[in-house]
Amino acid sequence: MKLKALAVACTLATMSVAAHAATEISWWHSMAGALGDRVNGLADEFNKSQSEYKVTPVYKGAYDEAMAAATAAYRAGNAPDILQVFEVGTATMMYSKGAIKPVSEVMKLAGEPFDPSAYVPAIGGYYAAPKGGGLLSLPFNSSTTVMFYNKDMFTKAGLDPNKPPVTWQELAVDAAKLKASGAKCAYTTTWQSWVELESFSTWHNVEFASKNNGFDGLDTRLKFNSPLHVKHIENLANWAKQGYFTYAGRKDEATSKFYAGECGILTGSSSSYADIAKNSKFKFGIATLPYYNDVPGAPQNTMIGGASLWVMGGKKTEDYKGVAKFFKFLSKPEVQAKWHQETGYLPTTTAAYEITKKSGFYERNPGTDVPVKQMITKTTDKSRGIRLGNMPQIRTIIDEELENVWTGKITPKQALDTAVERGNLLLERFEKTNK
Amino acid sequence: MEKRARFKSAWLPYALVAPQIIVTLLFFVWPAVQALYQSMLLQDAFGGYSEFVWFDNFRTLFADSNYLASFKTTAVFSILVAVLGLSLSLMLAAFADRVVKGSAIYKTFLIWPYAVSPVVVGVLWMFMLSPTLGIVSNWLHYIGIDWNHVLNGRHAMILIVIAAVWKQVSYNFLFFLAGLQAIPKSLIEAAAIDGAGPVKRFATIIFPLLSPTTFFLLVVNIVYAFFDTFAIIEATTQGGPGKDTEILVYKVFIDGFKGGDLGSAAAQSVILMTIVIVLTVAQFKYVEKKVQYA
Repeated sequence: MKLKALAVACTLATMSVAAHAATEISWWHSMAGALGDRVNGLADEFNKSQSEYKVTPVYKGAYDEAMAAATAAYRAGNAPDILQVFEVGTATMMYSKGAIKPVSEVMKLAGEPFDPSAYVPAIGGYYAAPKGGGLLSLPFNSSTTVMFYNKDMFTKAGLDPNKPPVTWQELAVDAAKLKASGAKCAYTTTWQSWVELESFSTWHNVEFASKNNGFDGLDTRLKFNSPLHVKHIENLANWAKQGYFTYAGRKDEATSKFYAGECGILTGSSSSYADIAKNSKFKFGIATLPYYNDVPGAPQNTMIGGASLWVMGGKKTEDYKGVAKFFKFLSKPEVQAKWHQETGYLPTTTAAYEITKKSGFYERNPGTDVPVKQMITKTTDKSRGIRLGNMPQIRTIIDEELENVWTGKITPKQALDTAVERGNLLLERFEKTNK
Repeated sequence: MEKRARFKSAWLPYALVAPQIIVTLLFFVWPAVQALYQSMLLQDAFGGYSEFVWFDNFRTLFADSNYLASFKTTAVFSILVAVLGLSLSLMLAAFADRVVKGSAIYKTFLIWPYAVSPVVVGVLWMFMLSPTLGIVSNWLHYIGIDWNHVLNGRHAMILIVIAAVWKQVSYNFLFFLAGLQAIPKSLIEAAAIDGAGPVKRFATIIFPLLSPTTFFLLVVNIVYAFFDTFAIIEATTQGGPGKDTEILVYKVFIDGFKGGDLGSAAAQSVILMTIVIVLTVAQFKYVEKKVQYA
């Protein structure tokens, strides 16, 4: 009897699915854990709001793994409709002819009104098409580089816990005091290439690479061996020798050192906020990234990080209509604001920022507006972002050469010169494959 | 009198070997040819652009001093992994062979690591040896060793060798134990009666009789060190500090999967394949002469 009831229920269920044959939209992403739950929540919310389309999010591993999976799937003709790609993969995506469909085109095709200027300039500009101002991909989870500091350790070192260092010169002084007060590690950083060279460049309004950091063409070459860059790496190397700067690893190993209470100051991604707030047993503050106050134009704005959503090419019009509907949903100020407040990622639209500000969120969570303020300023040609081919590999090269500096094998000048030379070979290779 | 089976039918022997040949063609020869072809292509990640460039990818590789340096790193790494892995597991197998009580428990524990994925192995060792938070690095600190594999190339190499060996010990152990148990007890007893001590018995009887197993494991371990260890390196050192732990197969992984540069990755895997073929041939030609098959 029970079995029969079950059979009937199953038949009914299949029938109801068949009745509302919703178009499936597949979305490959790299948001694990709590962030993954949020992504599923977004898809659910959208699916419930209408019955024509069904978005299915699939976790495909870390950013680089998801991208490798998508390239393989595309070659086999099974690419997802939407793919989340990290910011360093932007050039690879935009130059892969036919593999992607620019977001602005998708919106136009579906007849959805879409205004790229609603986006925060530093974010919208990063994902903008070289010509015409349309958006190539949909900004989704953007982060930037900020400084976290341990207020308890500051007090112990005799420093004012409400006065974080603003310039690199001040950071050195504070680090010395932290060290003198017995801190195992005074200053540390995650993602050294992103923080100490890429964001450093936009923050000081100097070029990381020629042709406005690759925005103006494929024949761009690296330029991060300028006297200012060399000076900064020399400072870091000296601080490392004196024990003020501790190198913890290539990725975000430094974050756990910071929330374990080992390090006084950390530079890293604004999206580490949730992790640090959850794991640290001390008071901490968020401040802007330090800069050199003798550099004209500094501070400008910091570099974007995180990822955006790309639409893959060669799909049916019906699919694109669904994608456009979903993107319109994601761009809603309320949806954006909620995502920003829950995850620590930046609000990608100015409207989302305004809503959050009005709601009093920033007063309740002091410091969470620091990354926003750092990014919301108008960008210059040099600070809009960095768009280079083979960027993941260039980052590895920078990691390797900088590690040779921290181990004392080579001088900062040698390291940056070699990194530029090795990276340029990769840029030439990228130029050749994307003529 | 030797008995020989002969096939009466003309097609049956071919039919019987056909599955094996098809599998080899499909899963080895065809991919190898593909790799060879791809190694001469210059492609973008999505395959939208593709140009035949003959040996350009190889030329670029051999003009890169960093690539040449990674041959040395690979040699050091694979010799350490093979030698340490084989001697450690032979020792463990010799002990386990002598244990009478509770041998099943010992064996189970020794075989266990093989069931763990290389990434997990790498992460486990990395946590234990993490410069400031790790347990093992804290012990090392007490005895005066300032362990820091993030900045010390030698420490980083030791870390990946430990992780790689730990993963492979179980496999070697199984074969060695089976080999040891296949040695006739009467031979060893006879030697014991003649007054040969345990060391002498091991050196003159047991080890020579184990030589086919040892030779097989040597080949397997070298292939393992060359091809199967990139996951451990990705989880622990990412080839750093500098390029001190970047072995050839890790560079293939990085350039191909992370960089999307399939042409260069294919060229590198062709080079890697050539090295392993040459090594295997050399092993069979020179080392195998010392092997005594019973």
